[in-house]
Amino acid sequence: MDFTEVPVSQHNKGKKKKNKTPKKKRVSGEGNGDGGGVEPKEEQEEKMEKSEQAATAFPPSFSVSEIKNKQRRHLMFMKFKQEKRKQKLQLKKKKKKEREALGDKAPPKEVPKTIENQRVYDETTVNPEDEEVAFDEGTDEFSSYFNGLTNPKVLITTSDRPRGRTVRFCEQLATVIPNAHVYYRRGLALKRVVPQCIARNFTYVMVINEDRKVPNGLVLCHLPDGPTAHFKVSSVRLRKEMKRRGKEPTEHSPEVILNNFSTRLGHSIGRLFAALFPQDPQFVGRQVATFHNQRDFIFFRFHRYIFKNEKKVGIQELGPRFTLKLRSLQKGTFDSKFGEYEWVLKRHEMDECRRKFQL
Amino acid sequence: MQHDDVIWDIIGNKQFCSFKVKTKSQSFCRNEYNITGLCNRSSCPLANSQYATIREEKGQCFLYMKVIERAAFPAKMWEKVKLSKNYEKALEQIDENLIYWPRFIRHKCKQRFTKITQYLIRMRKLVLKRQRKLVPLSRKVERREKRKEEKALIAAQLDNAIEKELLERLKQGTYGDIYNFPVHAFDRALEQQDEESEEEEEDEEEEEEDDEDVGKSEFVAEDEVEESDLSDFEEMNKLRTSSDEEEQESSEEEEEEEEMEVETKASRSKGKSPANGSAARKKRAYVEIEYERETEPTPKSRAT
Repeated sequence: MDFTEVPVSQHNKGKKKKNKTPKKKRVSGEGNGDGGGVEPKEEQEEKMEKSEQAATAFPPSFSVSEIKNKQRRHLMFMKFKQEKRKQKLQLKKKKKKEREALGDKAPPKEVPKTIENQRVYDETTVNPEDEEVAFDEGTDEFSSYFNGLTNPKVLITTSDRPRGRTVRFCEQLATVIPNAHVYYRRGLALKRVVPQCIARNFTYVMVINEDRKVPNGLVLCHLPDGPTAHFKVSSVRLRKEMKRRGKEPTEHSPEVILNNFSTRLGHSIGRLFAALFPQDPQFVGRQVATFHNQRDFIFFRFHRYIFKNEKKVGIQELGPRFTLKLRSLQKGTFDSKFGEYEWVLKRHEMDECRRKFQL
Repeated sequence: MQHDDVIWDIIGNKQFCSFKVKTKSQSFCRNEYNITGLCNRSSCPLANSQYATIREEKGQCFLYMKVIERAAFPAKMWEKVKLSKNYEKALEQIDENLIYWPRFIRHKCKQRFTKITQYLIRMRKLVLKRQRKLVPLSRKVERREKRKEEKALIAAQLDNAIEKELLERLKQGTYGDIYNFPVHAFDRALEQQDEESEEEEEDEEEEEEDDEDVGKSEFVAEDEVEESDLSDFEEMNKLRTSSDEEEQESSEEEEEEEEMEVETKASRSKGKSPANGSAARKKRAYVEIEYERETEPTPKSRAT
């Protein structure tokens, strides 16, 4: 059989042909075969070529993954991707042209999808007018605080043998939270600490856990028999590491901003945070502590604000900043063995869907 | 026959003993029946045909005894006696079992028994104390969480959110009368809609000049105080709240600004720079752009 030239019609398939077996090259589009035996083969080849031509023109009926040869498969996939990208660009251009053509009458721009937009609806989302929730919140452990009966008094401590960073973090926290006292742990058992605190009228115990000289956990326990929340602490920035920070926070009670606590669980955590600070903030101090929940991460910031006019406010970051992630919420005071857990982070269940959040 | 001396001669000094551990200063014996743990002529269980030890199993102490009569029966060589949990009674038991035995072995047995009971007591105490539980961190999970946190931080846009919330609160009036802004908002809104405002501006131009002087002097006074001290703003606020004149003057300042959009920026800035204080000197151009729409000039505080 003669080696005829590869017909022009096959050139547009470019790279693909490089890997082709030499057998195909022998086929000519002109059917210049020698014997009858060659013709059926040629016909077969032609059909295959045609189908392949058709394949590039229309979407292939087979998927790229069915090709066994890895190199060829890779090449086909790259081609496929390029095609897709090209189509997308063309679509974009067309849309832009249409929009320009229409001018004012153009339909409004579509809102891009974000994780917050696509969030799976959580059935425990609190409706602001929900009576049941309001009733619950009127009678839970924080009701005494929210009714103005008790003033917060916070005890801040660490795990055993805290290192420098943790100690400084505790001190800075104590300046941020009014009426907070820092005590060294010295190997005491929490179960014995808690009754002592109750006896001395503390309302909160905050234990900052340390790992390798860096704070990494926070146990927030509301007394006398309030819920205990255990958080994972990350990205702690102490005051001296902040850029463009202001002076030391003053003794005025700050305001509290709680953002995005939407579900029932979020609500209870929000109330947990709110009860840390005194009920009546002193606006003279112009300090604000923010707990912002985004995708189950709670960001804490401490700012000083100033209103330049009614449309503009300037904020200046003062205090330490850190992020919290809730790991568990326990009903009573701290009791890791026998406590009743209201909520526990179960990674396999809860982290399956990227658009599902608990707080 | 048991030739203890021969055995010791061989394994003690000259040749190999598999239980022996040598260090620079001392040699130890790893045999589990050894009473002192050192490699000595009198402590070696292999080189002594009459020997006794105390061993502990799951909190229970036993006295093991080896006599020469049973040297031919390795399986039955060690006689095991369970000791009582009471310390004194156990000591008495040891004494009565090891009666007529060499002093050395009796003494060492009692010592060993004492040590064992002490560490058992400590173990029991530790269990009751706080036990540190080590929770392993999965590296993959930590990495993923870190990335999620970064993304969440970007999505949160904290500064904007905080500013928005503060402005909301201002609008709703939670701050009461501390800030005077809401009044000006209404005034300004009205003025912008009214066409007559332009006439009013012209009328009040003359008055403004006098008031400007008044304003200037006040601002200059503030200048003497350090501008970095934020209490300045509070002073300013107090000044504003105190007199009516200031309210008038501030409303006129708005009109001033509207006029000044026509005038040159330089003259405006001259009038306003004392108000800014030295803080805004660098950012003066920036601040000016704000003036076109907003009310009184206030010293720009360092924003994050």
